[in-house]
Amino acid sequence: MRIEMRRTIAIVLALSTLSALPVLSASAQRAQRGNQAPAASAQAETLIRNATILTVSHGTLQNSDILIRGGKIVGVGQNLRASQNARIVDATGKYVMPGIIDCHSHSMVDAINETTYSVTSMVRIRDVLNPTDVDLYRELAGGVTTLNVLHGSANAIGGQNTVVKIKYGRPVEEFIFPGAPPGIKFALGENPKRTNFPSPAGQPRRYPATRMGVEEVIRDAFTRARDYKRTWDEYRARLQRNEKNLIPPRRDLQLEPLVEILEGRRLVHAHSYRADEILMLIQLADEFGFKIRTFQHALEAYKVAGEIARHGAGASIFVDQWGYKIEAYDAIPYNAAILVRAGVNTSINSDSNERARRLNIEAAKAMKYGGLSEEEALKTITMNPAWQLGIDSRVGSIDVGKDADLAIWNGHPFSVYSRVELTLIDGEVFFDRQQDLARRVDLERERATLEQAEPNRAPASGGASPPLPRGRRPAYGHDDDELDGGNDQ
Amino acid sequence: MMKAKPMRFAFRGARMYPESLIVIIALVTVAAALLPAGAPASAQQPAAITAQQGRSLPQGLYAIRNARVVTVSGPVIESGTIIVRDGKIESVGANVTVPAGAQELDARGLSVYPGMIDLGTSLGLVEIEAGAPGTVDLTEVGDMNPNAQAIFGINPHTAHVTITRANGVTTVLSSPRGGIISGQAALINLDGTTPREMAVTAQAALVITFPRASAGGRRDFASTPEAASSLNEAITTRDRQIEQLRKLIRDAEAYGKAQDAYARDKSLPRPEQNVVLAALAPYARGERPVIMRADREVEIRASIRFADEMRLQRPIILGGNDAWKIATFLRERNVSVILTGVLDLPNREDDYYDQLYANAARLSEAGVRFAISTGDTGAQVRDLPYHAGMAAAFGLPRDEALKAVTLYPAQIMGAADRIGSIEPGKLANLVIADGDILEARTQIRHLFIAGRNVPLTNRQTELYQQFKDRK
Repeated sequence: MRIEMRRTIAIVLALSTLSALPVLSASAQRAQRGNQAPAASAQAETLIRNATILTVSHGTLQNSDILIRGGKIVGVGQNLRASQNARIVDATGKYVMPGIIDCHSHSMVDAINETTYSVTSMVRIRDVLNPTDVDLYRELAGGVTTLNVLHGSANAIGGQNTVVKIKYGRPVEEFIFPGAPPGIKFALGENPKRTNFPSPAGQPRRYPATRMGVEEVIRDAFTRARDYKRTWDEYRARLQRNEKNLIPPRRDLQLEPLVEILEGRRLVHAHSYRADEILMLIQLADEFGFKIRTFQHALEAYKVAGEIARHGAGASIFVDQWGYKIEAYDAIPYNAAILVRAGVNTSINSDSNERARRLNIEAAKAMKYGGLSEEEALKTITMNPAWQLGIDSRVGSIDVGKDADLAIWNGHPFSVYSRVELTLIDGEVFFDRQQDLARRVDLERERATLEQAEPNRAPASGGASPPLPRGRRPAYGHDDDELDGGNDQ
Repeated sequence: MMKAKPMRFAFRGARMYPESLIVIIALVTVAAALLPAGAPASAQQPAAITAQQGRSLPQGLYAIRNARVVTVSGPVIESGTIIVRDGKIESVGANVTVPAGAQELDARGLSVYPGMIDLGTSLGLVEIEAGAPGTVDLTEVGDMNPNAQAIFGINPHTAHVTITRANGVTTVLSSPRGGIISGQAALINLDGTTPREMAVTAQAALVITFPRASAGGRRDFASTPEAASSLNEAITTRDRQIEQLRKLIRDAEAYGKAQDAYARDKSLPRPEQNVVLAALAPYARGERPVIMRADREVEIRASIRFADEMRLQRPIILGGNDAWKIATFLRERNVSVILTGVLDLPNREDDYYDQLYANAARLSEAGVRFAISTGDTGAQVRDLPYHAGMAAAFGLPRDEALKAVTLYPAQIMGAADRIGSIEPGKLANLVIADGDILEARTQIRHLFIAGRNVPLTNRQTELYQQFKDRK
């Protein structure tokens, strides 16, 4: 498994260094990987020995072991025994925590916003996932194992999200979190009304332009969805009655996901800032009989924490980002503490490939501001986002039966001086700092060789004029993300 | 539409918190607050202003006792006393006599650090970056603005001041951005009712965004406005910009000479006055520091060459993402680097994942003088300790990480006689915390800026108090 990772990185390096070389096709990459040792069998055992274990569900265990078999945690405790050929990880002096879950990510997408309509429930993030985004590796190096990859916030009702495990180096199919319930992005406030994104010259402004319009767009969509559902319900009832010569209703790909929401089969992740718009959506959802699973960002959630708790929604927030636009001016770093105390399931997310790499420190800040306990703060990046994504039976804590998604740190993950040594997903190593360091000599040699290659020589030393160097290829147009305190790249 | 936005904001603020309306008024009237140095400012301030920005606290006589004193410049004193008088540190040590009349602060179990310093900010020049252009005074029109001085744009009543200092950052360099000569930066303490009261050095440095051949890159650092269609075109544009810069600096030098000559001999023809050249002249003569924004190796090298050629002061590099690649060269040339990218994503796809985390450690090993900065315009400057902490997680010794946000930035700005460590004679910028100030869980308990015991409350703590018990 290590070798495969190294090979993948080497390929990425080669590809990115050699802008003038023909790009290897995905199949060629797979073929190269195929030459390497196959991944360890799913039945292989790993024993993590003598660690400090932050279980999240049942406190901190000292000098304890975790036994992994078939990608699952099969034992947590002291003096566990593994079979003879098990891989042993000596974690003496190290800390193990559940893999971090980032409940708001735009990593690995080649498009983020279908901006043309105000209701784009028919589009799917699943269709634009790019498993080669190198930021995924950098996130693994921060202990992150699961991402909620969301559509952008340009629309009152946006596209369908996808929950992934960061199986970097694998085909995209292996990223998809098995059994994660489907979800969708909603958005309220400045972004869906396009406050900070003027239309190109000569183009009319897209509806809506106010928070009134945002409410109306969602109300209209659910009114249509309710009718659509009735049409199908009636059709199915008639089928049940064995009526003959029925013509099925025409499928509507925009309304189908909204019907799933009405039926409680799709989770709503609603980008929101101001307290009033949060209340608006709660009221609207109550009226139509569905639930909001998370308010995303929810910078003013602390003003209406009781209402959010009573609705049963979670809040997935930045811990302390504020002031980058007008609706972010009342954000306070005490948001997490107030929400947790009010009984709201609260997670801390990144919305940024950069910040995703240090969600441990973002969570630690929730202890500083408002005094959450260590366990409460740990939950904001593990158990709580797991619940928000409907995957809490699989991940989010270190318990027997759960997926072996783990981050091993060289110190307490809430210390700024700590870093990740090993990140495992389903028991397999996807980041290993020692391996990363060890392969650098080879990579430097490879880089030097490539730089000497004919297509890469500088014009002054006889090479052809190279194409204009561009910045790191952005995975998507990131304007919205930037305005939500996201990447500055 | 653009006009309506601040209105809506003001209305909303007024409806919910009368005090934020006052902040808005303060924002709008900041220009009026820019009185000549020393003029009384209190008459300008509404009496009920929030977040204790409306009054100057007394610079009293204080004795901070039983504290673990992390002096930074010398060894840690496990249990010591610091005497603060008239804004300065009078004495510090394990056996210091408390003078009569001193207000005593028992810091048993607490640690005292010098205030942290961030040299890569634009704090006070931006309130709300998007949607409220009336609150943004970051970038002047045109490419050459040596006469754009941060000290005339900084709003002392911004919420950023009290929010930033509550995390132990007491001093920042605030710089204009954009163009080629972005303007002049001000080194300010985060306390005071006027920009002049805040100033440690009002005209601290000239900030140049060194021209680069590029198709884009990070907005802050892209000097070529639009993507060029070819590398050759981008290089031509860059070279033209450098030539413009060279010419303006030469003009300023000549201007200074002409003015000096006329001052000595009034029989000479009286040279024309020019505020742009007058602003640039002291820098062109090498009398004041020049900061070059440069991240890539090629621009770092070019900016050093350029400063040599123009006989400017040895440049201070701001950015420095590639500095580790030429660490030996930087040490040999005695060039200082303000790292703003410790927590940036690596610039290139094939960069090592920890390349920027480890940049500071590489510079430290090579003996390069450096400081760590957030590079943030204001809101997230309070994260400064965590930038230093990440550098420490990736190889920088912990005491060096602390110096990189205290003593080293003071030294780089030539202000180490006043700030950056706990030593007698320096300004009493002191952070009293219940643990390591670089750790995210640590609470700041007391704060002194220029000997004033400033409160740790701010707009955000007030909102917390207002809503924490609402059911």
